[in-house]
Amino acid sequence: MLVSLEWLKEYVNLDNIAVEDIREGFIMSGSNIETVEAIGENIKKIVVGKILEIEKHPDAKSLIVTQIDIGEEVIQIVTGADNVKVGDYIPVILNGGRLPDGTKIKKGKLRGILSNGMMCSGQELGITDNLLPMNQNKEGIYILDKEYPLGTDIQEITGLKGHVIEFEITPNRPDCLSMIGMAREAQATFNREFKYPNVALKEEHGDIKEYISIDIEDTKLCDRYVGKVITDVKIKPSPLWMQSRLMKAGVRPINNIVDITNYVMIELGQPLHAFDLDYIEGNQIIVKKAKEGEMFKTLDETERKLDSNMLLICDAKKAVALAGVMGGENSEVKDTTKTIFLESAHFDGDHVRATSKKLALRTEASSRFEKGVDPNVTLIAANRACQLIEELGAGRIVKGNIDVYPNPVKEKGIEVRPTRINKVLGTSLSTEEMKTIFESLEFKVENHGENVIVTVPTFRHDMETEVDFVEEVARIYGFNNLDTTLPKSNSQGGKTIGQILEDQAKFILNAAGMNEIQTYSFVSPKSLDLLCFKEDSLMRNTIKLLNPLGEENSIMRTTIMGNVLEVLARNYNRNVERAKAFELGNTFIAQEDEKSLPLEKKAVTLGMYGKEVDFFEIKGIVEKLFEGLGIEDVAYIPEKNHPTFHPGRCANIIYKDHLLGVFGEVHPDVAENYGMNTRIYLGEIDFELILQLAKTDKFYKQLPKYPAMTRDFALVVKDDIYVKQIEDIVKENGGKILESIKLFDVYKGKQVEEGYKSVAYSLVYRSKDRTLTDEEVTKVHGKIIEELEGKLDGTLRE
Amino acid sequence: MKEQLQQTQNQAESAIKDAHSMQELQEIRVKYLGKKGELTAALRGMKDLSNEERPKIGKIVNEVRANIENALETAMTEVKQKEKNIRLSNETIDVTMPGKEVEIGHKHPLTGVLDEIKNIFIGMGFKIAEGPEVETVYNNFDALNAPKNHPARGMSDTFYINDEILLRTQTSPVQIRTMKKAKPPIKVISPGRCFRYDTPDATHSPMFHQIEGLVIDKNITMSDLKGTLNLFAKQLFGENTKTKFRPHHFPFTEPSAEIDVTCFKCQGEGCRVCKGSGWIEILGAGMVHPNVLRECGIDPEEYSGFAFGMGLDRITMLKYGVEDIRLFFENDMRFIEQF
Repeated sequence: MLVSLEWLKEYVNLDNIAVEDIREGFIMSGSNIETVEAIGENIKKIVVGKILEIEKHPDAKSLIVTQIDIGEEVIQIVTGADNVKVGDYIPVILNGGRLPDGTKIKKGKLRGILSNGMMCSGQELGITDNLLPMNQNKEGIYILDKEYPLGTDIQEITGLKGHVIEFEITPNRPDCLSMIGMAREAQATFNREFKYPNVALKEEHGDIKEYISIDIEDTKLCDRYVGKVITDVKIKPSPLWMQSRLMKAGVRPINNIVDITNYVMIELGQPLHAFDLDYIEGNQIIVKKAKEGEMFKTLDETERKLDSNMLLICDAKKAVALAGVMGGENSEVKDTTKTIFLESAHFDGDHVRATSKKLALRTEASSRFEKGVDPNVTLIAANRACQLIEELGAGRIVKGNIDVYPNPVKEKGIEVRPTRINKVLGTSLSTEEMKTIFESLEFKVENHGENVIVTVPTFRHDMETEVDFVEEVARIYGFNNLDTTLPKSNSQGGKTIGQILEDQAKFILNAAGMNEIQTYSFVSPKSLDLLCFKEDSLMRNTIKLLNPLGEENSIMRTTIMGNVLEVLARNYNRNVERAKAFELGNTFIAQEDEKSLPLEKKAVTLGMYGKEVDFFEIKGIVEKLFEGLGIEDVAYIPEKNHPTFHPGRCANIIYKDHLLGVFGEVHPDVAENYGMNTRIYLGEIDFELILQLAKTDKFYKQLPKYPAMTRDFALVVKDDIYVKQIEDIVKENGGKILESIKLFDVYKGKQVEEGYKSVAYSLVYRSKDRTLTDEEVTKVHGKIIEELEGKLDGTLRE
Repeated sequence: MKEQLQQTQNQAESAIKDAHSMQELQEIRVKYLGKKGELTAALRGMKDLSNEERPKIGKIVNEVRANIENALETAMTEVKQKEKNIRLSNETIDVTMPGKEVEIGHKHPLTGVLDEIKNIFIGMGFKIAEGPEVETVYNNFDALNAPKNHPARGMSDTFYINDEILLRTQTSPVQIRTMKKAKPPIKVISPGRCFRYDTPDATHSPMFHQIEGLVIDKNITMSDLKGTLNLFAKQLFGENTKTKFRPHHFPFTEPSAEIDVTCFKCQGEGCRVCKGSGWIEILGAGMVHPNVLRECGIDPEEYSGFAFGMGLDRITMLKYGVEDIRLFFENDMRFIEQF
């Protein structure tokens, strides 16, 4: 909502308050301000001039040389404009002057002829093209509408000065979308008196009943309809004061009648519509619903197909307007219009919204009805428009008005407890102080025992329950005047075990050199193909967005692997040498019943590429993660069939009978799908399972008191034996005295037969309560070797 | 004999003087004091001496031995010190060369700031509540008193799965879940991902993060809301931070406020970050609407409370001077590694 301060002051006296204080005051009482613009503040030396002579430029076809009377003197100006004639009054910027955009103008020669300034176009006066009055020429000089004293400051004439405030009006306050609404707010905010415009007509003639009758068929959708008739209409541009006010409100001046309806809409908040009465057949207005499929051409020259829920304004034979949205082309006011039927009506907001949405036709009127208009301003607005028509000499007003208002909306009284207000705000205001605040908002207040009954005018339909009054007291009293206290109750803050574990997991991964990333929860369905998931994969059990931004964000992710690969690919393409990243986030699995929420499961996904990065690095990180979360005895089982991974370099992570996750080298097909020509390592772990299995309790183990004995062995086995098989046998046979196993070498080559490998281990034996004897250790170690040789068909390497 | 011993001592002392290394000194020790050394030989020769002479000469032998040992000891200490000095001077390295690369992963910047905010609220007695990203229309809008025709409900503002399920547009549904599950007193913050139908650009992202807070108890006032958020702002942005509460309108709170804090870049002087105003808007808040309490089975006559919400992405951008929100979700390693 653009509010011209100069216009606002017509209704409320804001003298002696600095613009900055007005701004701050409004903001702090709840009318937020986006900008305050000082109109034409740069303008210097632009005055009214009159063209006395025009001659052709001797050396340039497209230029003319003019003599301009600026009061004190006559100056010569050379211009290329072709819309001026002798006798025109025009704005002239003098030598040394400055335009609104800051451009300085100096005298100079144009093709050898001296020009002492410049005639200004609308744009040069600071009027944007989309606001330039219809009677002005976009390409030409701005022509003044009549004679003005020569040499007068142009801003005094055009009114293009002062401040315009852009308010951000919240949806609960449609009453503030008008000058009087903001003037009322100013009254409450600045404690200055608000004056309603004095609406009175000087002269009326005839009787409206002879011109028109009005009938509302659907009083639910249109609960009030006021009509006025104006004869002897003379369509012409409206005066500059009205044009400038409209432009400052962001509305383009068209002609006097349209301008007046817009002016009153901005002033009082009531949309008006003017019909050419000569095109209304049968002297009759009927408000009724359209027929299904009925065609209607709105005044934007668009043929529209209506449905039977849409409300129309009709005459005896046809539709003439789409109620509350837009008039019809058939009854539009034109330059030749002689008689006008003026509509000021109140339409149901939800209905207007529905119609406007269905037709994709949103207008200033429809938007105002949607937000809410005061049903009791309807008649005042009609009369105010007639008053302006009379004042501007745009027509003669026919006596009387038709006001169909079967069920007038009345003000309602609401009981409010001052004690409650103080309780919610933490204040100790007296009832009298609250009454003063309510009265400043034009509410009426009566005492009712300890409480008060507040009667709210119909323009404030946001005031429904007591809490609405709490807010009014708070904002007018001032949020800044409230105390600053802390809640009295005691409470213990903290994180849940799950939240602590999540932090711990992130900490471990960071410590292991992994960067945390965050990616969108919605992904492209194609990502499942890029990951090479099979057609029947559970990962394809996705939920889809009804209205995604694009296909690439159209399903909720069932895995984070695609997201991580995408990030790796992006880094790879940007020539980042090495990337090690993880994301801990949600995945979404569709439920059978599509009206239930999907299963949201946390997963942690790791990905990496770069020099020296290999399978065992990601494995090491996975192991550290489990170790750090107290999950012991995790097994890594070769997985040859996961389509995303290298069949020989992938492992499932198993804990007892739970599958915790999978990791490995990314299958070259998948890497290629992501445009990466390098080895990538990827893993995904079910974090929900981790949360169940993690152990946060820690117990101290006594430090060893007795010496350890270390025995090494190297075993030659077939290539396809997994070291896990060796380790399982070692553990099985190591008994109590086996403290640790460490793989220290795997050798394939000349020394070992083709198809075999040598695996070297270091075993540490120790007892908690004594020094082990050589014999004891030899016995156990010998048994281990024997079992290894027997079960794995291995031979000890010398 | 006496002269001979004296001569041996002189020879030894002169050899010690000329020695430059531990090895030479060891050789000297062997030569004079070893089993086959000269002094040992001299001692051995004592058996030929008379009983009178033996103790005299024996004394001299011991004196000579002690003298040689002392001289050796002193010389060895000196040589050790010299050798150490030489080693130290040979071992000089260029300490200005870079350290060994130790790899440490980095927190995502949003996590870093979120952790900071969580810690502040935990310190004030808040717990952390979480909820699903895919939510019901009821929890996201209806229960929060959002009017049926509120534009935010539209398909051009909110992502829908179907007419009952959507991607949450705020973390307020977590408040509804919390209020329906627990009895007051309630004191939680709910951080998390949110989604709105915005095409990504420098300041918009279809996915972003909110942190909302909720306090419900007997006698909670709007003054408590002011105090809580004042304290929060001071802890996050510094002790001199001021707050400005401006009236606003939200469906689920009344009275409602938007809260500005003094610009932490310019301390309120006016700069590029705050667009010259000296203030930065970072929070929305208000007293929980009685309709919302009632909907969650809490009697608004007995209990009252406040709620607040802020955008984590925006705060992080302001704090770190990040000018494009998309950087958070592109995850360029060179970006993440700055935090």
